[in-house]
Amino acid sequence: MGQMSVLENTMSLLEVKNLKVHFPVKHGMFSRVHEFVKAVDDVSFAIEPGETLGLVGESGCGKTTLGRAIVRLVEPTAGRVLLSGEDITQMNGSVLRTRRRKFQMIFQDPYGSLNPRMTVEQIVGEALDIHKLTDSKSARQKRITELLKAVGLDAVYAQRYPHEFSGGQRQRIGIARALAVEPELIICDEPVSALDVSVQAQIINLLQDLQQQRGIAYLFIAHDLAVVEHISRRVMVMYLGKIVETADARTIIREPQHPYTQALISAIPEVDPESKRQRIILPGDVPSPIHPPSGCPFHPRCPIAQLPKCQEEFPEFREVAKNHFTSCHFAGTKIEASRNPARREAV
Amino acid sequence: MNLLEIKNLKMDFGKNADALRAVDGVSLTIGTGETVCLVGESGCGKTVTALSIARLVPTPPANYVGGEILLNGRDVLKMSNGELRSIRGGVVSYVFQEPGASLNPVFRIGNQIKESLKLHRPEKATNDEVIRLLKLVGIPAPESRIKNYPFEMSGGMQQRVMIAMALASEPKLLVADEPTTALDVTIQAQILDLLGELKQRLGMAILLITHNLGIVGDMADRVAVMYAGQIVELSPAKELLRRPLHPYTRALMASVPKLHGTAERLSAIPGNVPRIGNFPPGCRFAPRCPIAKPECSDKIPELVEVEAGRWVRCPFWKTP
Repeated sequence: MGQMSVLENTMSLLEVKNLKVHFPVKHGMFSRVHEFVKAVDDVSFAIEPGETLGLVGESGCGKTTLGRAIVRLVEPTAGRVLLSGEDITQMNGSVLRTRRRKFQMIFQDPYGSLNPRMTVEQIVGEALDIHKLTDSKSARQKRITELLKAVGLDAVYAQRYPHEFSGGQRQRIGIARALAVEPELIICDEPVSALDVSVQAQIINLLQDLQQQRGIAYLFIAHDLAVVEHISRRVMVMYLGKIVETADARTIIREPQHPYTQALISAIPEVDPESKRQRIILPGDVPSPIHPPSGCPFHPRCPIAQLPKCQEEFPEFREVAKNHFTSCHFAGTKIEASRNPARREAV
Repeated sequence: MNLLEIKNLKMDFGKNADALRAVDGVSLTIGTGETVCLVGESGCGKTVTALSIARLVPTPPANYVGGEILLNGRDVLKMSNGELRSIRGGVVSYVFQEPGASLNPVFRIGNQIKESLKLHRPEKATNDEVIRLLKLVGIPAPESRIKNYPFEMSGGMQQRVMIAMALASEPKLLVADEPTTALDVTIQAQILDLLGELKQRLGMAILLITHNLGIVGDMADRVAVMYAGQIVELSPAKELLRRPLHPYTRALMASVPKLHGTAERLSAIPGNVPRIGNFPPGCRFAPRCPIAKPECSDKIPELVEVEAGRWVRCPFWKTP
C-alpha cells in the first residue's frame, strides 16, 4: 500500500498507517488467550484538511473500532496514526490531552452519550474548562451561547438537562460539545442513524454548514451508503476489518469494482418506482472475525469467486483506476443481477 | 369482504383527564393477498395500530374509545379472550423488529416453532413439519438447526426463525413491524426477498410497518403514511412514490438522500416530530409545513379521496 502514502511536502491532516486493533478472546478456566478478533486489520488511509471521508460497512466490520482507535478510545495493537505529522499512538498523559483538542468525536446514540445529570451549559462548558479555553466566567458564558447558536439551539436551553430534548436536539448538543475546542477533525460515528428520518437531513445539513464555515475534516462512519455518498468526497468500504475499496464518492456508487461494494449498493431499497435495478442477494452472513476465511475474506459469499485462487491468495489492495483502489482478484467483473444465486430448492 | 377493515379507530393511553390520544381516527383496509405498508416516524402510532389488530396492546393503559377492527367481518374489539387466543398467531401472525428479543433464549428453536404448531395445527406438530417450515424460510441444514438455541444463530437467521414461527399457523395476515430495521442492508435484502416470495407462494396478506420509503417501493401494493396518530395519505404505492401529494410525504421524500443524488443540500423538514399529548391544534403537520396557511391551525382537515384510490388529509395538496 506504499503507493497511497502521501508525498513529503504535502502533509495530510490525518494519516493512518497499517493500523491494527486485535482484541484477545479468552477461553477456558485459566482465561488463556488463544485467539484474537481482528477488528481492524492493516488499514491505511489519509484525510486532507476540510474534507469528508466516508466509511461504510455492515455491523461487526470494524468501522466503529477504527474510529475509536484513531482518537485512542481503544488502544491500537500496531500501526501509526499521524495527526498533522505527529504520531499520536505514542503519546500519553498530558501531551495526548492537549492534542485531543484537534480531534473530537460525535457518537451514534445521542441518548447515551450525554451525561443526564449535567445541564447543556455544563456539558459544553466542560470541554472549555478542561482545555482552559476561556479566562473569565463571562467569556465562558459568551462562548457557550455562541456554540449553541452555531448548532441551531437557542441560548435559553443552556440550563436544561438532556432528557428535555428530542433526539435531533441532543445530537446538536453533542456537536456543540465537539466544536467547543475548535477541532480540525471530527470522527462522526453513525451520527444520524438513531434519528427520525425527517430530522436526519437537518443534522446532515448542519454538519456540512459547519464544515464550510470552519474547515473541519470529517471521518463519517455510517452504514447508509446514500447518506455517505451525499456527504463525502471519498468513500472507503470496509469488510471484516479490512478496507476492500476506496474511491471518489461518485465513482464508487457508479462504478463499484469490488463485488461486495456492488452487492451493498444493490441491496439498498430504492425509492424510485421506475427503477429497473435488480437486487444482488448475497448468500449467508458476515463470517466471524475470529476465524476469517482464508485467501480473500469475502470469497464464501462472493458470486464471482473463482476457486482455488480466491480461497488461497489474499488479493492485494491495488489501484485499478486513478485514485480508485480495491482488493479483489477479479475487480471490475460485473455481477449478473440474478435473484438469489444460492436460492433454496422449492419446498 | 376485505380480510381486514379498520374503521375510524381511536385509542387513548390513560383515562379521562390524563388520556393521551395515540391513534386518532385511523381507517385502513387490507384485501386478501395484498401488501400494505404503514409508513411513519417514531411515535406516530403505526406500531400500536398494528398491534391493535390482534388486540395486543394491554388495556389498561390503552383504552379503545371508538371505531372497530373487522377481521374476516368480526370485530376484534368485541371478541372474548378465547376468540382472541385463536386469532393471535392464527389468522394474524406477527414478526417484530428485534428477533433476538422476541425469541425465548432458553428453548431450542425447533421447540419454539412446534409450540405454535401445537396451538394452531396440533395434528401437524411434528419435527418434519418444523423442518419443512425452516426450509421454506431458507435456513440451510434445518435438520441440525432445530436443535439450536437462538444465541447460536445470527440476526438474519433469527428473523427467519421468527418468520417460520409466524407461518406455522398458515395465517391470512402477516404483520411485520420493522422486520429489517435491526439488520444489515445485505441481510435486509435477503429478508425482503424472502417475504415477497412467501407472499406469492402462500397468498397471504402482509401489513409491513416501516420508516424506510425505499422498502415501500420494493414491497407494497398500497401505502398509508401516518403522522401524529393520523393517516395523512393513503395511496397505491407506485403512484405515491412517483407523485406524493401530502406536504408531509413530499417533504419526507425530499429529505432522504438518494443514491446517485445530485443535490448539494438536503431539504430538511424544520422542527421535530410532535410527541403524543403535544399534538398541535388543527392540522398536525402545520407547524412544520412549507405551504401552511393560518387557517390550517383551526381544524383538523378530513382525509379526502382526491383522485381514484388516492386519499389525502390536506385541502391545499395542489399547492406546489
